[in-house]
Amino acid sequence: MSEDSKKNKSANTTNSPSSISSPPPKPAATNNQSTTISSSTSVTKASPSPPPPKPAATTAVAKKEPDPPIFEKGLVGQISSRFGDKVKVIYIRPLRIKIYVDPINIVEVAAFLRDSMAFDHAESVAGTDYPKDNQIEVSYHLGSYSKADLGAHILLLATRTNRDDARLPTLINVYKSVEYHERETFEMLGVYFEGHPRNERFLLPEDWADIPPLRKEFRIKGR
Amino acid sequence: MANIQDNIDQSDKLGMEIVKESPDDRLMTLSVGPQHPGSGHFRFTIKLDGDYIVYCDPDPGYVHRGEEKMCEYRNFIQNIPHLERPVIHDSNNITYSYSLAVEELVGIQVPRRGQFIRAIASELNRQVYTLYWLAIYGIFLGHSTMFMWPTGDRELFIDLLDALTGARVTHAFNIPGGVRNDVPNGFKDRCLRQIAYFEKRLNEYEDIFYNNPLLRQRTEGVGILTKEDAINLGVTGSVLRASGVPFDVRKAEPYDVYNEIDFKVQYMKTCDSFARAYVPLLDMRESCNIMRQLLDKMPNSGEVRAKLQPNPKGLPGEAYRRVESGRGALGYYIVSDGTPKPYRVKISVGSFRNILALPHLLIGAKLADMPSIYWALNYWPVEADR
Repeated sequence: MSEDSKKNKSANTTNSPSSISSPPPKPAATNNQSTTISSSTSVTKASPSPPPPKPAATTAVAKKEPDPPIFEKGLVGQISSRFGDKVKVIYIRPLRIKIYVDPINIVEVAAFLRDSMAFDHAESVAGTDYPKDNQIEVSYHLGSYSKADLGAHILLLATRTNRDDARLPTLINVYKSVEYHERETFEMLGVYFEGHPRNERFLLPEDWADIPPLRKEFRIKGR
Repeated sequence: MANIQDNIDQSDKLGMEIVKESPDDRLMTLSVGPQHPGSGHFRFTIKLDGDYIVYCDPDPGYVHRGEEKMCEYRNFIQNIPHLERPVIHDSNNITYSYSLAVEELVGIQVPRRGQFIRAIASELNRQVYTLYWLAIYGIFLGHSTMFMWPTGDRELFIDLLDALTGARVTHAFNIPGGVRNDVPNGFKDRCLRQIAYFEKRLNEYEDIFYNNPLLRQRTEGVGILTKEDAINLGVTGSVLRASGVPFDVRKAEPYDVYNEIDFKVQYMKTCDSFARAYVPLLDMRESCNIMRQLLDKMPNSGEVRAKLQPNPKGLPGEAYRRVESGRGALGYYIVSDGTPKPYRVKISVGSFRNILALPHLLIGAKLADMPSIYWALNYWPVEADR
């Protein structure tokens, strides 16, 4: 596997997934920066109440998107006013916001989220294989320890890459906490993280000689 | 450190990652694990320069089962029994966040009495796990009384869970929609009696173990993980709280009935190995307090489970839900494509996040401090491997 990745090192992150290039659905909050300042008071009331068990909105195509609460609106506004068309903000439900970015911009966006919005660590990195779109989605679940307001929030920073030549820039220089998660994503889905010091086997057996097991074409034997 | 890296670079690459190293008289390589004594089912390689550890490479995966792949083959209900296998000692918590995520995808609401029973079961199970961890921590620091006592007291909670769920260790009790069955007769009184006894025992633990000068010498000031490092490395649970970050999912993002419970997040600011061992004790005390309130506030009658259609389908979409387990935040990221089977399940576990701190803490430490640093990380190898 490492040979493959060396061979393709010249090919860069030029593949722009079709789903991202569509214009961002402005969640009616783009010019609402004032809420970000006043939101710190409203959050103390908003966060302890349990989120209503609302059916989640669809991921790719947000058709009837519910209006985000005021604090999420502020966050969304902050991100989209900074990056504009570079990001596509999808609101899932209270306390959960998802952002799609192109692989080229992911490091810049992540650095902004860490430095300006206090999302200081990654809880997990989840790769999902979409053979129908010929894409692999990698989403970083970012959380915040240092800002009490954001403790309940998880921000999903998602990007997609081509399945045939899956490579993404690593976020290890922004979030140290993604080190093992990215390594796991490499071995389970075959996504090569450029700049990651060890794109190597981690959890699988040492003599593993099959395709990455979380790709959809890998079948458990006998099933 | 740079010296070792040079050695590896100069060596011949034999295959995908089998590396032949040039011999070095000064350094000794030591492989710890993966078959027990002293590491659980987890292997890590360390290099020693005299007494000091200069290199550490964790190599988990000895008990990797492919839980995430298995989830894609079974429907939402069939997934419950095998998902609790990674941490059988904390099986109510690992199925708790799964149930929360599935409930969000399927769109059902758990009845109030069911929410309370769920929370009680998960608190009991957290005690079981923490006692088990404390027993192992005690024995690996050479304190055999601290192995015997928690193992014995753990039976109290196992018996309670046995009466509640019908199984001693793997309960499969949390299901999407609520819990499997109602509490048995006289459960509340029995529970309160055991809690009162256990709180006395916790004081004895403190006297015999935590105030023991030998333990203090071996753990105080050892393995300092500063607040900044703890946040950067993204550790969770008692490891994080021992570094002065008062973060607990039950408080930060209260699920089910935890927003009605009055409790404090227990944390310490000394950042050392002793703090990481002491915070679980504080957690156990606070958990007794939480359980009393839960038993007190639980409604006397009502449904314990919402009706769920057979073989439920998730709405297309995704959910990320987490709970506070014995090892910290435990989250499930589930993607559903509208079929009865999940499209993708990602389990984000505290153990997997906490081993990132292991090389950070071990490099520069003495070999003799390795057990106290490693076990205080509250690491459960099977959970990390999934």
